[in-house]
Amino acid sequence: MLYVSCFMIQDLFKETLWALTGNKVRSSLTILGIVIGIASVITMVSIGQGAQSSIEKNIQSIGSNLIMISPGAQKSGMIMGGRGGAQTLKISDVEAIRNETEGIIGVAPEISDRNQITAKGNNTNTRVIGTSPDYSTVRNIEIDLGVFITDQHIKKSSKVAVLGPTTRDDLFGEGIDPVGKVIKIKNVDFEVVGMTVSKGGSGFNNADDVIYVPLTAYQHFLSDSDYVSGINIAAESQEIMTSVQEQITEILLRLHKIEDSVDADFSITNQTDIISTASSITGTLTILLSSIAGISLLVGGIGIMNMMLTTVTERTREIGLRKAVGIKKIYINLQFLAEAIMLTFIGGTLGIFLGWIASIIIPKFATSISTEISFGSIILAFSVSAGVGIVFGFYPARRAANLSPIEALRYE
Amino acid sequence: MISCKNLTKIYQNGDTKTFALNNVSFEISEGEFVSIIGPSGSGKSTLMHILGALDNPTSGEYFLDGREVSKLNDDELSELRKNKIGFVFQSFNLLPRTTVLRNVMLPLLYTKTTNQERLERAKQCLHYAGMEENKFQNLSNQLSGGQMQRVAIARALINNPSIILADEPTGNLDTKTSRTVMEALRELNKKGHTIILITHEMDVANYANRIIFVRDGIIEKDEINNHIPYNMQQETK
Repeated sequence: MLYVSCFMIQDLFKETLWALTGNKVRSSLTILGIVIGIASVITMVSIGQGAQSSIEKNIQSIGSNLIMISPGAQKSGMIMGGRGGAQTLKISDVEAIRNETEGIIGVAPEISDRNQITAKGNNTNTRVIGTSPDYSTVRNIEIDLGVFITDQHIKKSSKVAVLGPTTRDDLFGEGIDPVGKVIKIKNVDFEVVGMTVSKGGSGFNNADDVIYVPLTAYQHFLSDSDYVSGINIAAESQEIMTSVQEQITEILLRLHKIEDSVDADFSITNQTDIISTASSITGTLTILLSSIAGISLLVGGIGIMNMMLTTVTERTREIGLRKAVGIKKIYINLQFLAEAIMLTFIGGTLGIFLGWIASIIIPKFATSISTEISFGSIILAFSVSAGVGIVFGFYPARRAANLSPIEALRYE
Repeated sequence: MISCKNLTKIYQNGDTKTFALNNVSFEISEGEFVSIIGPSGSGKSTLMHILGALDNPTSGEYFLDGREVSKLNDDELSELRKNKIGFVFQSFNLLPRTTVLRNVMLPLLYTKTTNQERLERAKQCLHYAGMEENKFQNLSNQLSGGQMQRVAIARALINNPSIILADEPTGNLDTKTSRTVMEALRELNKKGHTIILITHEMDVANYANRIIFVRDGIIEKDEINNHIPYNMQQETK
């Protein structure tokens, strides 16, 4: 019977160590294979997850539990215009939603357009959004300097503006307090009353490159229509978003006198949809990256099997001797298995260490990449490495143990 | 102590049956020094494998210390080899790049003995086999042929086996070293160990007190040896 004791484990450990240090170069090359495999799994997964969480954070930053309504397509006869181009959403719709929907925190209509802005000789072209004070709640906008648009501003149609930090940089320069300064939008003077906190971002819809003005002022001075280009609604919680969305659809259909929701002249998007779409994209990315890394792990595993098989062949006589002096099959089996497992264990530990360091260092050099080391990927990588050791060590170990001592001793 | 009855070993290769051993019977009692001699292909190696519990006969019975060996399974044979049989091989079969002490302790792996006990027993056996103390920490590949065979003899002794089975122990040694190794084996025999020597050289076989001649799978002759080398004869008297 297999006698398990500390003697046995101690012997097994010593023999394994002896065998591995007996051929240091080969052992370390094999370990290297596993190190690269494990490290790349951890690094790749951390890059994938970093991308996922940074995208999710970006989406979250536009507001939480956000529902966006945009006007439907313009229709003239049978010819469809582009979606969002129609003027179908009115201030009255906003009021109706505000008064009749349950479970909402805020409703903020917006009218926006790109305009040329000038201020003391500098000028820029940016998005001007006319909106209400709720906008800051609904879209998670925080104020760095001054104030956001207030009810007072709306009531009086005050010609005030709140700048995004990038717009401030363009018009006044970095680090300058713009509060109290005057900017010209379509040749109308607006007084700057505040500046928002940077949300980070770039490109065409940069949340930092924007000017907010009161909706009423927008309607009076910058456009003369009653239509809004979008309505933003924040629901109380994620759970009730669907119900809020249904209520809104119902209200709008009724107000717009549309019977069938297929003919709706507006469209409703909610943030969860966007997040889940983005997550599925980044999820695919993570899978792609980890399967590439997984291949290198597999190759590392085959490296171990290769080394173990070579070792078995090379040590055939030694195995024969061990069997001849009465060491049982099971111990021969265990010893070779232990060698393979120890190789993967050392490789796995070093690999985790290396992968961890790489995950920390990579974002420092490639600033556009963010990484997030997940505990799960470490556990996964380690158990895969242990599994690789057992699976790829098992066959060579069995082969060694099953050698006939006579044949093995005769082996040249 | 050893009793073989009608040992037969048949190797089957396709349709042709080869009788490596054909109805071999003999007995060896405790304390004997026996040579088994025969040309290659005579079946002496097969006999050695069976006596060494490395292989089972096709038919026949082999009793070692009253125990029927021929029906044991792999693990039982291992256990038997560990406790009852010490092997000395032609090619020494030491672990490469490993100290003398570690080599001698090899059969004690996975047994209930402490490191201290193992070391003590190994040192004792090495002294017994005539190995110099200052070589105990040497690596096996730094030894001369004669020294390697002494280490192998010490290893064979470590479990205090009933028999020591030496398979061409001098095959890889020059004449002078061969003599010292054979003298060491005779010493062991004098101290009470049963020794079975397998060889094809008459000179070597002559160190034993009894010689079994094997040819074509049968025992040709089994006789008391009267040709023990002169210096040895003196000792034994």
